[in-house]
Amino acid sequence: MSEQKTVRFIVTRQDSPDASPYTEEFEIPHRENMNVISALMEIRRNPVTVDGKDSAPVVWDMNCLEEVCGACSMVINGKPRQSCTALVDQLDQPIRLEPMKTFPVVRDLVVDRSRMFDSLKKVKAWIPIDGTYDLGPGPRMAENKRQWAYELSKCMTCGVCLEACPNVNSKSDFIGPAAVSQVRLFNAHPTGEMNREERLNALMGDGGLSNCGNSQNCVQACPKGIPLTTSIAALNRDMTMQSFKNFFGSDKL
Amino acid sequence: MPQNQEFFNRRLHSLLGVIPVGVFLIQHFIINHFAVYGASSFNAAAHFMESLPFRYALEIFVIFLPLLYHAIYGLYIAFLGKSNTRRYGFFRNIMFMLQRVTGVFLVIFIAWHVWETRVAAAFGADVNYDMMADILSSPFMLVFYIAGVLAATFHFANGLWSFAVSWGLTVTPRSQKIMTYVSITVFLVLSYIGIRAIIAFLDPALANM
Repeated sequence: MSEQKTVRFIVTRQDSPDASPYTEEFEIPHRENMNVISALMEIRRNPVTVDGKDSAPVVWDMNCLEEVCGACSMVINGKPRQSCTALVDQLDQPIRLEPMKTFPVVRDLVVDRSRMFDSLKKVKAWIPIDGTYDLGPGPRMAENKRQWAYELSKCMTCGVCLEACPNVNSKSDFIGPAAVSQVRLFNAHPTGEMNREERLNALMGDGGLSNCGNSQNCVQACPKGIPLTTSIAALNRDMTMQSFKNFFGSDKL
Repeated sequence: MPQNQEFFNRRLHSLLGVIPVGVFLIQHFIINHFAVYGASSFNAAAHFMESLPFRYALEIFVIFLPLLYHAIYGLYIAFLGKSNTRRYGFFRNIMFMLQRVTGVFLVIFIAWHVWETRVAAAFGADVNYDMMADILSSPFMLVFYIAGVLAATFHFANGLWSFAVSWGLTVTPRSQKIMTYVSITVFLVLSYIGIRAIIAFLDPALANM
């Protein structure tokens, strides 16, 4: 090989949360089976733009490198996805990397996904099992239900569904699809079910599920193929029933 | 309802769009359709509606208040979203965008339509076949009214689809898909009735019937 194959990147950069974004173009040597993260590591080793200008290394977030943690999500060629599973050979060049602007940008490609974790706290997306004494084993979960719930448990809070949602933006405090689907997951659990109405009432609060506009982008964008719109509709039904119970009264808590 | 105010507002908005606003839309289109059988037929139907008992109460509580709430809260919802159909050109996302575009257009169209007919009637104008034939004789108004009718039927049909999801009637992707076909049928049938009535106001032969 006399001539080295190269890969071109156009990266949207931002020096601080309040700074204005700008783009920089990088060209790096191509390697077999390269993903976007290994390309970013290459840029980090030699942060010189195509114009020969010395630049600061591009900052991004990553952790597991196998698409289960959700940390490395960014907008790649216009689509939000994980950069670890974005293979360079499968992408059109120049490859455009942008942060998920639905979230506050910390620096370059790093965003602050706190609102998602706050949402999980808001809807109590966990199963309370702590007591002052041993509560014994909980009710069993049927195997077919466990398999069904496993699909919902694949959510890694990556933020792609929020980025794709037209109703999640700086003007609205909509909770977004991820936390909604987690309510479905924990309400389906035999022990989690005991706090069912607490989660439903949280989801009926301000910024809750009723802000959904049914554009159904989330289910198309989800990298884990979670049936988010089915979760949304299922919880809409649960919220309808819960609101009747709240207003008219019911002994079935 | 101090608790869950937003939830209540949203659900009320969704409900009012179907009942009574959607029901009124169908009723309005059916009355309009009498124009197809001639001016006297339309005038008789319009007169029957005008002479219903408790007319003002019906108008205020079945039409104007629900419509105003749906329009004003709908504008708020529309401008809260940030359309992204260029990035995500999926069918439902385009429907989401069109629902908001037709909604905003309908606020303008219905405001004008009410001004031109119902408010004019309050100032003594006679709402009859000739009034509509006169309005629709202007090519601009004809296009404006056809656009208004199509926007209304689309907004109602697509609104029925999202009503079914928002209240949790259609949960599975399959039921949502079949509801899409139902809403397309509603759109086509109502558009046919609405446009046919408009065309009837253009026919000079019908004016003397």
